[in-house]
Amino acid sequence: MIRIWAGSLTSSLLAVAVVLLVSIAPARALVEIDINRGTIEPLPIAVTDFISADGLGAQISQVITENLRRSGLFAPIERTAFIEQVSNPDAVPRFQDWRVINAQALVTGRVTEEGGGRLRAEFRLWDTFAGEQMTGEQFFTNKENWRRVAHIISDAIFERLTGEKGYFDTRIVFVAESGPRDNRVKRLAIMDQDGANVRYLTRGGDIVLTPRFSPSRQEITYMDFAGGEPKVYLLQLETGQREHVGDFPGMTFSPRFSPDGQKVVMSLQQPDGNANIYAMDLRSRNTTRLTNSPSIDTSPSYSPDGQRIVFESDRGGRQQLYVMSANGGDATRISFGNGSYSTPVWSPRGDLIAFTKMSGGQFSIGVMRPDGSGERILTTGFHNEGPTWAPNGRYLMFFRQDAGAGGPQLYTIDLTGRNERRVPVEGFASDPAWSPLLE
Amino acid sequence: MGLNQIRPAGVLMAVVLTALAITGCANNRNLPNNPADLGLGAGAGATPGSQQDFTVNVGDRIFFDTDSSVVRSDAQVILARQAQWLNQYPNFQVTIEGHADERGTREYNLALGARRAAATKAFLVSRGVNGARIKTISYGKERPVATCDDISCWSQNRRAVTVLGGAGS
Repeated sequence: MIRIWAGSLTSSLLAVAVVLLVSIAPARALVEIDINRGTIEPLPIAVTDFISADGLGAQISQVITENLRRSGLFAPIERTAFIEQVSNPDAVPRFQDWRVINAQALVTGRVTEEGGGRLRAEFRLWDTFAGEQMTGEQFFTNKENWRRVAHIISDAIFERLTGEKGYFDTRIVFVAESGPRDNRVKRLAIMDQDGANVRYLTRGGDIVLTPRFSPSRQEITYMDFAGGEPKVYLLQLETGQREHVGDFPGMTFSPRFSPDGQKVVMSLQQPDGNANIYAMDLRSRNTTRLTNSPSIDTSPSYSPDGQRIVFESDRGGRQQLYVMSANGGDATRISFGNGSYSTPVWSPRGDLIAFTKMSGGQFSIGVMRPDGSGERILTTGFHNEGPTWAPNGRYLMFFRQDAGAGGPQLYTIDLTGRNERRVPVEGFASDPAWSPLLE
Repeated sequence: MGLNQIRPAGVLMAVVLTALAITGCANNRNLPNNPADLGLGAGAGATPGSQQDFTVNVGDRIFFDTDSSVVRSDAQVILARQAQWLNQYPNFQVTIEGHADERGTREYNLALGARRAAATKAFLVSRGVNGARIKTISYGKERPVATCDDISCWSQNRRAVTVLGGAGS
């Protein structure tokens, strides 16, 4: 059992109390972003430093600004261009000052320490051209949660202006890599989606791979080489308690939770060296065999309704994507382009499947519809692998290793393929998995 | 767990020799399969039946084609020597480590390494080695021995290594 880090996650997950702020002016918004249009012009937005007794207000504004910038949907305006210096966030801003610098939306706010480590954070979002408040909320939480409050405010702004769910108040579990390439040290790690607050979950003594979040509990499933017996494990994030999933005669790998969190689907190595897919019910511990073929069947991923599973198989000669019932049985091949396809992941919206494609010596990240139509490649290069979906189904994270680079790095890309950004993580990182929106 | 950790203590010499062989590989297009190419002489000084004897004189590893677990004819020669040696020294248990190059995806490469280890084991068993003496493990693409980003390295990483697990009682 590993007990490296527990407790601090629990405290950072403390509920953040939310209160709606009464509008200072009536809301009749003109500004919004239609993110379903083909080409999106990022919306110019001004995020002012939140008023605070110390530097915390500016730090919160900075986190919000970077979140909005990285989404590709917003163009935060440099603070040096601001004309009005907001000093009272309860007063109506001078909209003309913001219209002059083309700020279509304006964010103001304040953070106040209330004693006992308690923090009050308020923000208002303004439509500068309509001259109205679009939304306003205040939050009470522990001071150490200030970064989470910044993510929650970012989500509120994103949702109000795009009409879509946000994705900033989320975490990434991934494999942090260090040491020489022929003897890499791999540690499970968890961080905020923007690369902040990295914490390590394992010590690095054993190879660990492919962590995945539970959709319903503070738990991950991953593969660990502990004791020279590579197999699938569950790790409780709050207690650090670890157990292996089932007792199988061969290597188990490539685990993933079902959408209700009650099952883990994974590959089991067969005595002849092939691999088939099994699902294990975590309550009854019953195991169901889902594929039975003399091939490598792996990377299973459930549809969000839990009815189907997409996986990769080389049963036809090369790795291709197949869809079958969640109960197993006949599988239908869905990938037919040039090259091989691997690591399929069903979007949380259900409309797309993301994958790694290998073709012409290049590794790409792409998406296709669940029936295999509409394939689109989002990014191509020497080595891109392992996409994972943001909970709103609009962004993917994956890892990339450039030729001659020392190791892999994490990147995000949106569904247009035009907004690609490196996730700032120190050192090397691979196998990212995006959490659901935090509760 | 590091690869060396599953070797028993007291075999430092063999570990050092393996490390030498690995260093040697990283710069060559084709991994040398005979002791002379390793610059170690003809294995002179290796006690027959020792780990050094196995690594240097027999050859502890074979190589595979891209995305293949077929035991090539050059590999069959080495595995035949391994089988003969293991039959001659029946007290050794072995672990066959299957590996893939880095030009594949992680999950598939774990399976591919397992397939290569299984094919290697099947060959040794077909040459009379008791299957109960042989464990297999796949490292997928996690433990390359050669770390450049072209085929000269990838071809060295698509391998199965027979690691002596120490003499049984």
